[in-house]
Amino acid sequence: MAPKVPPQPTLEQSSTAAEAGHGHAHEAPPKGLMRWLLTTNHKEIGSLYLIFSLVMFFIGGIFALVVRLELFQPGLQFVNPEFFNQMTTMHGLIMVFAAVMPAFTGLANWMIPLQIGAPDMALPRLNNFSFWLLPVAFGLLLSTLFMPGGGPNFGWTFYAPLSTTYAPPSTTFFILALHIAGISSILGAINIVATILNMRAPGMRMMDMPLFVWTWLITGFLLIAVMPVLAGVVTMMLMDINFGTSFFNAAGGGDPVLFQHLFWFFGHPEVYIMILPAFGIVSAIIPAFARKRLFGYASMVYATAAIALLSFMVWGHHMFAVGMPLVGQLFFMYATMLIAVPTGVKVFNWIATLFQGSISFEPPMLFALAFVVLFTIGGFSGLMLAIAPADFQYHDTYFVVAHFHYVLVPGAIFAIMAGVYFWLPKWTGHYPHERLSQWHFWLSVIGVNLTFFPMHFSGLAGMPRRIPDYALQFADFNMVSSLGAFLFGFSQLLFVAVVILCVRGGKKAPAAAWGDYADDLEWSVPSPAPLHTFETPPNYQRPAH
Amino acid sequence: MSDNEMDTQGAGVRRTVWRSVAALVGMFAFAFALVPLYDVFCRVTGINGKVDTNAQALVHDNMDESRMVTVQFITRNGSGLPWRLDVETRQVRIHPGQTSEVNFTFNNQSGAESWGRAVPSVSPSTATRHVRKASCFCFEEQRLEAGERLELPLVFQLDRDLPPEINTVTLVYTLYPVDGKQAPLQAAAKTIEGDEA
Ligand code: HEM
Ligand SMILES: [Cu+2]
Repeated sequence: MAPKVPPQPTLEQSSTAAEAGHGHAHEAPPKGLMRWLLTTNHKEIGSLYLIFSLVMFFIGGIFALVVRLELFQPGLQFVNPEFFNQMTTMHGLIMVFAAVMPAFTGLANWMIPLQIGAPDMALPRLNNFSFWLLPVAFGLLLSTLFMPGGGPNFGWTFYAPLSTTYAPPSTTFFILALHIAGISSILGAINIVATILNMRAPGMRMMDMPLFVWTWLITGFLLIAVMPVLAGVVTMMLMDINFGTSFFNAAGGGDPVLFQHLFWFFGHPEVYIMILPAFGIVSAIIPAFARKRLFGYASMVYATAAIALLSFMVWGHHMFAVGMPLVGQLFFMYATMLIAVPTGVKVFNWIATLFQGSISFEPPMLFALAFVVLFTIGGFSGLMLAIAPADFQYHDTYFVVAHFHYVLVPGAIFAIMAGVYFWLPKWTGHYPHERLSQWHFWLSVIGVNLTFFPMHFSGLAGMPRRIPDYALQFADFNMVSSLGAFLFGFSQLLFVAVVILCVRGGKKAPAAAWGDYADDLEWSVPSPAPLHTFETPPNYQRPAH
Repeated sequence: MSDNEMDTQGAGVRRTVWRSVAALVGMFAFAFALVPLYDVFCRVTGINGKVDTNAQALVHDNMDESRMVTVQFITRNGSGLPWRLDVETRQVRIHPGQTSEVNFTFNNQSGAESWGRAVPSVSPSTATRHVRKASCFCFEEQRLEAGERLELPLVFQLDRDLPPEINTVTLVYTLYPVDGKQAPLQAAAKTIEGDEA
């Protein structure tokens, strides 16, 4: 590594330059563990985020398999209901906050500076801090499983009073863990927003930015807007539990329904935090493999912004069955359905991009195409749930479970995997192993659908969610779901194999690894990308359309 | 990149960071501001069955004899206060505008004095604003000696403009301990909205 100090036009650098003399961090890169603990390099931090996310994906996955194992047959076979509840709760919390969100932050760290021609993130040392908060947060969260009374058992939505009056003693640690994770994503979001707004290559206007950058900018704003609300809710819980306040306690004049309003005011934008960057990834991959320009770039940007704005006005669709005046139900119903319009614009644009393209089916494209199809199924079931009178039937059944798993697994997670396959050549200099990737893709698609499609039916037939046992009539659907879940879970080992093999070797990739239509700035640097890139800003050339 | 450009970039980053921090603080405060706002909103609109806990004047113009409405009473013990709350009758049938009185009996079944409070709720919530209470034990906290029984009246009317589709109104009273003296776990009751609510 060249001992040269890269020009880092950062807040920290300018404020600490005096005491630090000339340069730090990069001067004599520490070896071994310290290198990773202290790194301020966006690529290394990006890798740390991605590896952390992958580990958590497996831990959360094991919890899910415990759940599916118990539900394989009716009756109680393997775990007791108390532990079952901890498994469903931990699965949800880990997947949302420790797998999906850090994966997107990791991709942002790696790719956003490369895509806008910046040498690093705007605040590299803050970046290091944001990452290292995560192992602390989730180490703490996982440790609650071994505490007396067990870990959180109130569902990932931690509704009061289940999470206050009736919560296990470890709940204070759960709150602390969520606070730390929240601070991590807030700091990450500030960093990303600051990078995008201030560090673009000269000549790159906002409307020249790749869509992954755009969607992350908007996601960053969403995070800055709603993570403090989550922090507020858990703070209120903390005070109710430990300091005798009654925010959510009717006995003291509080109201548990208030909890749900506050939670979902955070929660619905949160689900878009988990999908907007996915839209950006897919919008990069589809043109690359259809060998056409993306159809409707500007409308993609506006649709993303519209979805983000609307997402603040629809939280009530999670609470139809809680009790709400008629006007409220109507408002939230129509506002929710309105989101389908910008979402539809996006799906339309992807299909229009594919139309008459010369399509090839490399692994990133396979995942991106599966994303478009299966995410749309999830969008449709969302629309069904948005119909307030019908939601009384579906609410808290497996139909809801089917809905959000379609948007999150073949939605968010497939997009992350598509992104990893797409950018692996840039990261490692090698193409991912073709055969193995194909196996991974097909087993995943089959597994996902086997797992989640039958849940639509068991849900419509009335099977409640979050229960360790169920009526005999649901036995067949559940058996299929469980078999699918194990298939899906174990196929992810193939993914690990592909990534490891790709780091080790494989077919060499050139700088522009995916041809003429993957032509954002990241494809102008060599593959693998050197540790320091764009130390002098590139000359941004607008592609001729 | 020239030093000059670096400076403007640094200033831009600083500006973004401060604006983000301001937004963060604002949203955190907003979450807490929603607590009183929510309460006011529910009381003004009568949503959520939140009842005005101030005595209201009864209106003595004619009652609407063309309509009969069933008023049901439900009493519950919320969180482990060793009291019973009973009502002399489970339901009455009255005309809108008619004044009615029903007696409730509090009974401290434990061997120690304690404080409690019956928190009211109305269902359907659209009826909330049409229930006028002239006198109710639910306006204040009660103190009962060990084993004491206390009979207290509820005097109320239904408004004449009670929406026509409402034929049954249910009043629910839930007993809660007061002041943490007897409070199990964390059911300590510091009223957040105070008395003015
Ligand atoms: C067209 C778009 C969408 C519509 C109309 C929609 C609608 C809904 C509705 C009405 C519910 C509440 C169902 C109930 O609890 O009874 C719901 C739940 C949920 N949705 Fe969506 N949704 C959409 C897209 C998404 C996306 C993109 C995600 C995430 C990536 C998502 C994640 C979730 C989650 C996690 C839940 C369940 C929360 C829980 O109760 O645990 N949805 N959706
Ligand atoms: Cu939602």
